[in-house]
Amino acid sequence: MMLKKLFPHPILMLVLWATWLLLHNSLAPGHIVLGFILATFIPWLTSGFWPEKICLQKPLTLFKFLGVVLWDMLVANFTVAKLILGKNEHLQPSFICIELDITSPVGISLLANTISLTPGTVSCDLSADHRQLLVHGLHIKDAQATINEIKKRYEKPLMEVFTSC
Amino acid sequence: MLEWILALLVLIGAFFTLVGSIGLYKLPDFFMRLHGPTKATTLGVGAILLASALYFTFITEQTSLHEVLVTIFLFITAPVSAHLMAKAALHIKLKQIERTQNVSETERF
Repeated sequence: MMLKKLFPHPILMLVLWATWLLLHNSLAPGHIVLGFILATFIPWLTSGFWPEKICLQKPLTLFKFLGVVLWDMLVANFTVAKLILGKNEHLQPSFICIELDITSPVGISLLANTISLTPGTVSCDLSADHRQLLVHGLHIKDAQATINEIKKRYEKPLMEVFTSC
Repeated sequence: MLEWILALLVLIGAFFTLVGSIGLYKLPDFFMRLHGPTKATTLGVGAILLASALYFTFITEQTSLHEVLVTIFLFITAPVSAHLMAKAALHIKLKQIERTQNVSETERF
């Protein structure tokens, strides 16, 4: 109980600690201690801005997801480069609307970010009730296939990781 | 050997950054132009940052990990700014080119 009060957001704390050490590019004991102090106090002072608790259910799935996203981004760059250098007339831009099954706010923002970073799609807007995501595609032949792909590849693992606890 | 790898990475980076800028210039409407900078440039900047990390790690023999932070911040901020610009464009009802499909979907947002 005591630990929970002292460290309300353990993940945020680890991230801040790592960021501090990376900013200084060193593992000197002084920086480790100072980083720890900052990582303890910043989440504590800003806890009013973090109303919901974030908990990761399956960290391994998250890492697998990151790997998939990085790979897709690499491929996306080549695909988009080819599309951009080709003729404009060959492109078939389209809006698609994705019905979201994921409910966690962190999960939704990660999904929207992922969609923006991967093949030919940019997330444009989220409906007020957080149930639909509007996506613009640079070149979409089959809207339903794209939606299914996004749901299977990105939404499913994110849902597994960010379930409420 | 190292110099070859670095040169290759810098060239790849420059190429993709250039493609992103070309996309920004030649694509016909606002929503399509958003695609250039959000994607083609991520690999461009990623490759250049990787080259920078390798260079400073091997040449000055001091591990340089600042680039990891730059990459993370870039990957967090690029989609968010694209999202906000698209949201603003939808709000002021910017015109898409005519062959865009499913424009009716945007009216619900």
